[in-house]
Amino acid sequence: MNQPSAADPVYLDHAASTPMYAEAIAAMTAQLAATGNPSSLHAAGRSARRVVEESRETIARAIGARPGEVVFTSGGTESDNLAVKGLFWSRRDADPRRVRILSTALEHHAVLDPLHWLAQEEGAEVELLPVDRDGRLDLVAYRAAVLRDPGSVALVSVMWANNEVGTLQPIEEVVELAHEHGIPVHTDAVQAVGAVPVDFAASDVDLLTLTAHKLGGPYGVGALVVRRELALTALLHGGGQEREIRSGTLDAPAIAGFAAAVEIAVRNQPDHAARVGALREDLVRRVAKQIPDAVVNGTRDGLPGIAHLTFPGCEGDSLLMLLDARGIACSTGSACQAGVPQPSHVLLAMGRDDEQARSSLRLSLGHTSTPADVDALVEAIAPVVERARAAGVVAGLSPSKQLAG
Amino acid sequence: MRVLAAMSGGVDSAVAAARAVDAGHDVTGIHLALSRNPSSYRTGARGCCTIEDAGDARRAADVIGIPFYVWDLSERFHDDVVEDFVEEYAAGRTPNPCLRCNEKIKFAAVLDRALALGFDAVATGHYARLVTEPEGTVAMHRAVDPGKDQSYVLGVLTQQQLAHSLFPLGGSLKQQVREEAAARGLAVADKPDSHDICFISDGDTAGWLRERLGEGSGRIIDEQSGEVLGSHQGAYGFTIGQRKGLRLGRPAPDGRPRYVLDIEPVSGTVTVGSRERLAVSGIDGIRPRWCGPAPSEPVHGAVQLRAHGQEHPAVVSADGDRVGIELLEAAQGVAPGQAAVVYDGTRVVGSCTIAATR
Repeated sequence: MNQPSAADPVYLDHAASTPMYAEAIAAMTAQLAATGNPSSLHAAGRSARRVVEESRETIARAIGARPGEVVFTSGGTESDNLAVKGLFWSRRDADPRRVRILSTALEHHAVLDPLHWLAQEEGAEVELLPVDRDGRLDLVAYRAAVLRDPGSVALVSVMWANNEVGTLQPIEEVVELAHEHGIPVHTDAVQAVGAVPVDFAASDVDLLTLTAHKLGGPYGVGALVVRRELALTALLHGGGQEREIRSGTLDAPAIAGFAAAVEIAVRNQPDHAARVGALREDLVRRVAKQIPDAVVNGTRDGLPGIAHLTFPGCEGDSLLMLLDARGIACSTGSACQAGVPQPSHVLLAMGRDDEQARSSLRLSLGHTSTPADVDALVEAIAPVVERARAAGVVAGLSPSKQLAG
Repeated sequence: MRVLAAMSGGVDSAVAAARAVDAGHDVTGIHLALSRNPSSYRTGARGCCTIEDAGDARRAADVIGIPFYVWDLSERFHDDVVEDFVEEYAAGRTPNPCLRCNEKIKFAAVLDRALALGFDAVATGHYARLVTEPEGTVAMHRAVDPGKDQSYVLGVLTQQQLAHSLFPLGGSLKQQVREEAAARGLAVADKPDSHDICFISDGDTAGWLRERLGEGSGRIIDEQSGEVLGSHQGAYGFTIGQRKGLRLGRPAPDGRPRYVLDIEPVSGTVTVGSRERLAVSGIDGIRPRWCGPAPSEPVHGAVQLRAHGQEHPAVVSADGDRVGIELLEAAQGVAPGQAAVVYDGTRVVGSCTIAATR
């Protein structure tokens, strides 16, 4: 299966993780040999602390927050857990009536699983609001859910942009209604920062998750941006390094790399969106020409780099494996299911059936993507789909199934 | 050849995949997810269905240097193997789910998908030998290691399936395979062998069946006197030839042990009697699966009637959908539902499912 690939590997999985910027690698490696705990009081400690605080200022400036609002974490999952659990606990402690959490059915598992846990263990009443066929939150349902009993809502958590299909959520409307009733809003923006304009202050959200490795920084570091006046119950107790909300020795080298990446990604965002968006349009148009019954999922004004396609009659795993054998990396959705392929909960939430959800592929472009990557995918897709369809027939999929929408 | 190596997470399939690479094949590893909720199947390290096993298989593929994926066969496995297992027990028979899995999953659903995706063969860690004969047909023989030989559970494979199968371990002893795994740096080298039934996590087959079939009490009667000797909570807890666990309370008049002779699933009646009454001289088989063309003449060979069972010299005649087996010496404990695998020397001729005994 491993046909020798004439060209370099083609990486179309930037939404899973995107390569680090050279500047981020330089900024990070410059700190790796430095000794000093940012919490120490001596010169070496102060030196490390300076790196951390400059990085905090850089990130805050890039995303429209105040430096004191940036809480460093180990990444998106920790930030989401801290936001959802920490806010639920503090809000309920302040008023025991606040037990409801409003969110959507297509959040990342880093939000959905803590919600599920809060419902099971902490008596939270979680309402996952419906989305339309493009994955956009149903604002009528949202309004109804808030107005039913605004005083009982502990928080709202709605992702800025979906990681599988790229659809942007109407954050402005979500925040406006929530704030009318004094309800804080969290948004997971790990896919959005650097891809679309994100301004923490202008958006008026109360908490925002971002992570380094999705925007050209290192793995293992991220941040939760938390409005200053908001009380949050900590998940990790210890040294209290980050405003007593988060404990743990700060990883100064990773934070330096994170800051360098955020600075570049946000500065380049308009050009990046235009360039990657054009590549994506080209990819979708040419794939549709080769595979006329392929269905594009999500909205056109979503994340510029994500092309999410359903190929009727093909199993996503077959497509992934056949493309991988040709040196093309992509994804069938969120790659967090213990290695066992599951139909995407995002597509199911968008009204697709199990079979349609399993017949889908996410191709995601990023800052290192080139027209040659698109050419390689377009060249491979027809024979790959043909083979995957043959395997789909064996597996009992219905190749002629009509996909509505 | 492009080879798909099915990797359970155990030592055998890992070495089989490595040997396929050494033989010059272009190998891709897959792990079959057979449960929708993997933690529910097996909790220890012996089985083939846990997330830990998938991780072991993935790590072995890394060490060997081949791509690796997980294929979700849980629905097919449930429909074709687990349900069949339950139905067979409900009908008073004793199924062998490993044969069923080889017939319906590993060398059917997986092989068909592999061929459709452009692979030429599926490699597994089964112990059996494949020999390509001068005229091009592939013959399956018993493995070199008599303690590990698995040709019995492969006796359901047709020529078409054998022609697309690779069993790289058939010529080796288990001990050699373990040593080779260690030499190759495979962490699974000393992982215990899997046994029992992979989808029954605690090994309690009767308890597992009780959950699905409910309590089905019935009588245990003596074959000769017709006397009721006791009762039981489910006929599926019994197998023809079983001696232990009858809990009859009192010994037979002759003081000799009694064995299960018959299971009547509708009334739940289990009939017991002396060992001699277990003797079987003829078997009627159904659902024949021949490894090549159906034999046109009676085969003077031998049959094996259960996994790891002994060989019984026999004359086997194929007659369309039916198979007649005349045993040259009586056999004991022959359970309907089990497979009779037919051998000519070390070569597997085919198999059938035992429908009735004489």
